[in-house]
Amino acid sequence: TLRLICTSTAVQRKNVGASGPEKYTETFIKKQIEEFNLGKRHLANMMGEDPETFTQEDIDRAIAYLFPSGLFDKQARPMMKHPTEVFPEQRKIQWGEDGRPFHFLFYTGKQSYYSLMHETYEKLLNVQKHQDQLVAQDLPLQKEKRNLAGSRWLTKIELEEMLLEKVSDDDYSRFIQLLQKLVALPCADIEEKYIQKFSKEVPMQLQKVVIEPLQYDERGVAFSTGEGQRKTARATAVVYDNGTGKITVNGIDILHYFPVLQDREQLLFPFQFLGRIGKHDMVCTVSGGGRSAQAGAIRLASAKALRSFVTEKEVEFMRQAGLLTVDPRVKERKKPGQEGPRRKFTWKKR
Amino acid sequence: DDKMFTEPLSHPDFFSVKELFTLKDLFDARVHLGHKKGCRHRFMEPYIFGCRLDQDIIDLEQTMQHLQLALNFTAHVAFRGGIILFVSRRRQFCHLVESTARACGEYAHTRYWQGGLLTNAHVQFGPGVRLPDLLIFLSTLNNVFEPHVAIRDAAKMNIPTVGVVDTNCNPCLISYPIPGNDDSPAALELYCRLFRMTINRAKDKRRLSEAAEELQ
Repeated sequence: TLRLICTSTAVQRKNVGASGPEKYTETFIKKQIEEFNLGKRHLANMMGEDPETFTQEDIDRAIAYLFPSGLFDKQARPMMKHPTEVFPEQRKIQWGEDGRPFHFLFYTGKQSYYSLMHETYEKLLNVQKHQDQLVAQDLPLQKEKRNLAGSRWLTKIELEEMLLEKVSDDDYSRFIQLLQKLVALPCADIEEKYIQKFSKEVPMQLQKVVIEPLQYDERGVAFSTGEGQRKTARATAVVYDNGTGKITVNGIDILHYFPVLQDREQLLFPFQFLGRIGKHDMVCTVSGGGRSAQAGAIRLASAKALRSFVTEKEVEFMRQAGLLTVDPRVKERKKPGQEGPRRKFTWKKR
Repeated sequence: DDKMFTEPLSHPDFFSVKELFTLKDLFDARVHLGHKKGCRHRFMEPYIFGCRLDQDIIDLEQTMQHLQLALNFTAHVAFRGGIILFVSRRRQFCHLVESTARACGEYAHTRYWQGGLLTNAHVQFGPGVRLPDLLIFLSTLNNVFEPHVAIRDAAKMNIPTVGVVDTNCNPCLISYPIPGNDDSPAALELYCRLFRMTINRAKDKRRLSEAAEELQ
């Protein structure tokens, strides 16, 4: 008896792994969906719940209960999800039974991208034809300005998701140039719907700082609050109108809280700049940081509070003087191999 | 079934392709205009009628014969359900060629030709691809005025080619060359119209003969 030693045709076939990720046929996906629905009903019966109203969250809880797993990676644990989430959306086989491809640009390699370019160019030609017709009839060309500031084109990644195939940077820039050319024509309003597919709204963010209005307490005195920080110190200040120039910090008078002249000068600087030294009262709270940091924090807080009492021009002057900017300087970290943030170890010749 | 395929081959002009164009049509579409004398390719000399003020004039009698052979061949290929691929690397006529291909129900490639499209198709597309059975070149040169890579690739893969060759092109590897102008829009519109009509005619005849077979 002869023993068959020669290898089978299955091994002679080319390396299957080299052909890329396996492509799923439509029938396969349909079968998976049917199996999933059946399995969902079985699971509902097992858990004693109603199969009709068994949602995805219930499935997740049931699976976590029946198959407890201590694995750290959530995606490695047993899961039961709808096949459309499990199998990534892929291009199915592009040709029919007789071998003829479905798409007329199949042989270019990038069929969706080139068909998109073809469609966009067709829209461009349409617009030009319409324009010629209007000119022939001596009608004026519409020139309604499209709001360019509020919209942006699709990014390259979004375009890739839309076309389900890779798009190179060059191709993407060419497509955007074509769209811009289309939009630049006067009668581009005809194809507005088509262009909207590729543009997205950008919410406009107004960065204008809102100056809060004055508030009035029980006695009828106007006041306003401000917050400030410097290094690690955080301060809040309440500035009252019709005052005598008294300043209280954490319930303590400034002469006792800040014995050093330099700190008191820092506190008075906003009032001195606006020429309102004896006119306002201030009550502030401060925590964190050191002596100088707390002084700087209160200065910023009082300047912010004073904005409500003062005209816009003076606010601009304050801003230019640097009274309203947060000081970004913080303690620099120590680096390894050095003694401090900048100081290196002593260099010894030998 | 076999008779349906062998019967058209016995006729010299089964699809009556000669009626689609006349010499006057070709002249009006400016097909006879070639490039200047300095651009002339050596192998195009037999197809050139003469030279006027340094510009080459293509012999329309020969063009008629070649065009009739080429259209007859495309009709036979379309009748047998073959895949036809329109190739052209001219940017001005890219849209026209693609729309012609779409109207016929065939395929077009007017973009950058990736190297291994025909020769490395099984790797680029997938294991079961079917390659085109005919390549139609509406312009044999690419954007750098060199012969298109697809001519050489089609010859390597034993795919017959039909191509419009201008006075500066090399007609060597093309199976059915058509000496004629490839630069004027009028000429290209004429070619597109002729190819579209032949392919549609051939497909209609195929459908009629299949219907006749089913009735029997």
